[in-house]
Amino acid sequence: MSQTIIWTIAIITVLGLVLALVLYLVAEKFKVVEDPRIDEVEKVMPGANCGGCGFAGCRAFAEAAVKAPNLDNNYCPVGGNEVMSKVASILGYEVKEKAPMVAVVRCNGTCEARPKINDYEGYPSCKVKASLYSGDTGCSFGCLGCGDCVAACKFGALSMDPVTGLPVVDEEKCTACGACTKACPKSLIELRLKGPRGMRMYVSCRNQDKGPAAKKACASACIGCGICAKTCTHDAIVVENNIAYIDPSKCKLCRECEAMCPTGAIHSVNFPKPLDKDAVKARIQERQKRAREKAAAEAAAAKAAAEAAAAKPVENNVKEEN
Amino acid sequence: MSKLTVSPSPHIHAKVSTRSLMTDVIIALLPAVICSVVFYGWKELLLLAVSVASCVLLEYVITRYLMRKPSTIGDMSAVITGILLALNVPYTTPWWVVFIGAVFAIAVAKMTFGGLGQNIFNPAIAGRVFLLVSFPTYMTHWEQPKGLFGVDAISGPTPLGAIKEGLLQGGSVQDIMASKGYSYADMLFANLGGSSGEVCALALLAGFVYLLCRRVIKPWITLSIFATVALTSLIFWGINPARFTDPLFNLLTGGLILGACFMATDYVTSPMSNWGGVIFGVGIGFLTVMIRYFGSYPEGVSFAILIMNAFVPLINMAFKQKKFGRK
Amino acid sequence: MAKRTFSIGGVHPNDSKISRECRIEPLPIPPTVYISLSQHIGAPAKPIVAVGDKVKVGQPIAEPGGFVSAFIHSSVSGTVKSIGPRKDLAGNNQMTVEIAVEGDEWLEGIDTSDTLVTDIPEDSKAILEKIRLGGVVGLGGATFPTHVKLSPPPGSKCEMLIINGCECEPYLTSDFRTLLEKGEQVVVGAAILKQVLGGVPCTIGIEENKPEAIEHINKVIADLKKVSSKFDGISVMSLKKRYPQGGEKQLIDAVMHRQVGSGGLPISVGAVVQNVATALAVYDAVQKNKPIIDNSITVTGECFPKQANLLVRVGTPLSYIIDYLGGVPENASKIISGGPMMGKAIANLDAATLKGTSALLFLTADQTARKEASACIRCGRCADACPMGLEPFLLNKLWKADNLEALEKNAVQDCIECGCCLYSCPANIPLLDMIRMAKADVMKEIRARAAAAKAAAEAAKK
Repeated sequence: MSQTIIWTIAIITVLGLVLALVLYLVAEKFKVVEDPRIDEVEKVMPGANCGGCGFAGCRAFAEAAVKAPNLDNNYCPVGGNEVMSKVASILGYEVKEKAPMVAVVRCNGTCEARPKINDYEGYPSCKVKASLYSGDTGCSFGCLGCGDCVAACKFGALSMDPVTGLPVVDEEKCTACGACTKACPKSLIELRLKGPRGMRMYVSCRNQDKGPAAKKACASACIGCGICAKTCTHDAIVVENNIAYIDPSKCKLCRECEAMCPTGAIHSVNFPKPLDKDAVKARIQERQKRAREKAAAEAAAAKAAAEAAAAKPVENNVKEEN
Repeated sequence: MSKLTVSPSPHIHAKVSTRSLMTDVIIALLPAVICSVVFYGWKELLLLAVSVASCVLLEYVITRYLMRKPSTIGDMSAVITGILLALNVPYTTPWWVVFIGAVFAIAVAKMTFGGLGQNIFNPAIAGRVFLLVSFPTYMTHWEQPKGLFGVDAISGPTPLGAIKEGLLQGGSVQDIMASKGYSYADMLFANLGGSSGEVCALALLAGFVYLLCRRVIKPWITLSIFATVALTSLIFWGINPARFTDPLFNLLTGGLILGACFMATDYVTSPMSNWGGVIFGVGIGFLTVMIRYFGSYPEGVSFAILIMNAFVPLINMAFKQKKFGRK
Repeated sequence: MAKRTFSIGGVHPNDSKISRECRIEPLPIPPTVYISLSQHIGAPAKPIVAVGDKVKVGQPIAEPGGFVSAFIHSSVSGTVKSIGPRKDLAGNNQMTVEIAVEGDEWLEGIDTSDTLVTDIPEDSKAILEKIRLGGVVGLGGATFPTHVKLSPPPGSKCEMLIINGCECEPYLTSDFRTLLEKGEQVVVGAAILKQVLGGVPCTIGIEENKPEAIEHINKVIADLKKVSSKFDGISVMSLKKRYPQGGEKQLIDAVMHRQVGSGGLPISVGAVVQNVATALAVYDAVQKNKPIIDNSITVTGECFPKQANLLVRVGTPLSYIIDYLGGVPENASKIISGGPMMGKAIANLDAATLKGTSALLFLTADQTARKEASACIRCGRCADACPMGLEPFLLNKLWKADNLEALEKNAVQDCIECGCCLYSCPANIPLLDMIRMAKADVMKEIRARAAAAKAAAEAAKK
């Protein structure tokens, strides 16, 4: 009996030692030499593996960042400046601060403004729906409402509003990784500057049809009328392909365009006070009136000057004639 | 005119649904159910009722209250599991044993994997095997039925059990069979001990033919099980008829027909391709005979199916349909 | 002898050819036609008329916009009202020429008589040019420019011309009626195609559920053989009824027992396939100088009160056709352009017909509504039904896992989108919806790879 126990112990011990040796040798033989900084960088990453940086995941980003000569092309939008400064300190690089961004849905075709004209019946995915046809509303540019963006968001920052049928961005959770912008087959979601205290303005429509067609499809479509561009005193709005676009780097958040937009396609977010449209309109009209008066005065002055200039030679002529 | 519907093609659908397929299987099982009730009487009816009711109820409770999803009992698959489980135990089994089997089949073998379509093992077989290892006496013991026609009850082991016991005591197959008075006609038309569903091979085969005619299943799995069992046992029997039972005996006893026609052909737990099905069947047939001849349990269909279930993903990977225009 | 058919998969939907007895009748010309410039596979055509121009029937209004592209002709006489984007039946904008109809004046040189012209020109080049100028495209569904298909790439040899008269889609009867009513023209068209391809044998494949057509075409061939030896080598093959027999690869498999490889063209196994309606269009273009300005369209459905096969001018608004036959029935829930297996559901009834429009099919909710998907029970019916030998259940799973590599390995790019998988799935899983997406993604990947390889090869050359 005791002999059996001794044999058992002996065999298992020897077996264990032999196998341990084999494991050790194999580990030595197939050892991969890796820059230890990759692990360090990966540790400070958010670890969401969202791909927002353009790499397959946080590990891939870390590898690329370690290899790269600087951090110009490697930026983690999720971690933002905080994480990037840590990465920079590990690698001894300098980091360029980037202004925080946020995802913005550029469609305000609510169920009410943009009624359904047919029923979609198929796999509930925007991608499938978009490949089939223009959508179940009259607008062929607007949100399809199947929530591919919601499914693409790894941070739970997007949700479908059951009342409007449109996706809503939770600014607190949005990390501007850009997954939703790629998921939307209509390219409705844009990453925009978050703006001072989160205040920003944007045109919430992508309908490139001509005014009447756009208006027919959706009551709150941008009809490309160009009033906003004419109103803007900062040169921040361009109208191209029947659609207005506000350049966030030029916009001064004066909200004048919003007040003037006939369809309400221009949205403003996080402003402390609601927009007093009439006051702003009055202000604009006052300014335009003054501008017109000024222009008229100037024109009159110019005319007078021109007339005066024209008159002089006549006088001269007269004189010469005389 | 209301709003038009727009959807990707195709715009029509075959008149077939999960529910209709499952209902066909239930219809195919009816002859066997009726036979077993006729032979074994109200006790069998009670087992069937307990088994089906508990399977359906369990699935309903688990889907609605544990998984918080819409209930899936409408697809009728739980009913099939219930019927198969009841047909797979002797009619003398107490009802609470069957209930435990149903709990294991539905709660453990089916729903923990995610419900219909996700389970690796056939729920009814898993429940049956669970009972076989937990309550071996109930599962291999058998009483001559009073049936609806009422004769005196005689207690005894199932044919395979009897042979196993006899062999252990040193008898030869022929002696045992002669002493017990087993005849093939009895096996084919009922009257031999075992699980209640085995009572009438013809009823089971009728159901199988119905499934084939309705194109619910393909015959390859079943046929390859039969062929393998016959061939393997023929070889052994040819070598030593005193030690090994003959092919016909093997085909007609121990729930082989029930297993081959209704349990091995379960969509979820069998390979998809025809050749995969053949390999699957060969595996089941071979393992069945091996377990019967050399294992410690008298019968092996359930174990064989369960073991081969585990190989299905591998078989599916290895045996694919030939793709058009590719080598 | 057992009737031939393709070797893998397929389904047997009820053929529902309820309009088979309806003769092809001409539809009155609508007041305005809207002729799309994207009526074929390949680059859209470029307009060669301007707003205000007067056009005649058969006058070219747009020229090919690339190698794979086709001429487009005015289907009416009148004035060009506008050229601009207009919503097609899926609601997407397409460049469209709007023509207000004035009278019905045909361009000179077009033979509008009914006389059958059986003399086939000798010069293949001239024939090809006539086909090109006639704007002939494949009318079996893909609308691939015919002259491109008839110019096999160097090194490949055509051994057989197959005329596709299967019409395996349920409900459709326009090809069947064409065979019955214009069988002579179809056979002459086939003989012309045969001549262009170097006098190869020609097989007209017709499914056995159209015995009248088989009998009629056999008779026509026998009669024409007496006229000229050019009709020798044309024969009819009766095929088993099975969907998707009319798929190009399936039809070649059925007729020749040869399988076109993945990504390959029919010519790689020595076959060229043309549809019955295309053969007729070829006849018109070559013998009559008549370009494609009209096509026959089946208007059908159990819920539609009036079954019809109509000869419709290209660019006729769908709503005009429907109103002509009595409007959309109350209980119709879906209107399909084409057959029920591969047709497109119409979102916009203001859209106009194209060259390739083959049918307007009205289905009720009972017939067409998709049932809620339940769990896959791994029954393997989709794999059994797939005519390409794919495993739709697996592709569906891989697509959900976003595994493009495995999708390519499992040949998702071979999918012909016939719809057999979804048709036969007892769990109503929208298999094809997802496989289409997967196929598109994989094709994109393959093309990107090919482009990269090409660029690398060119770089290496330098």
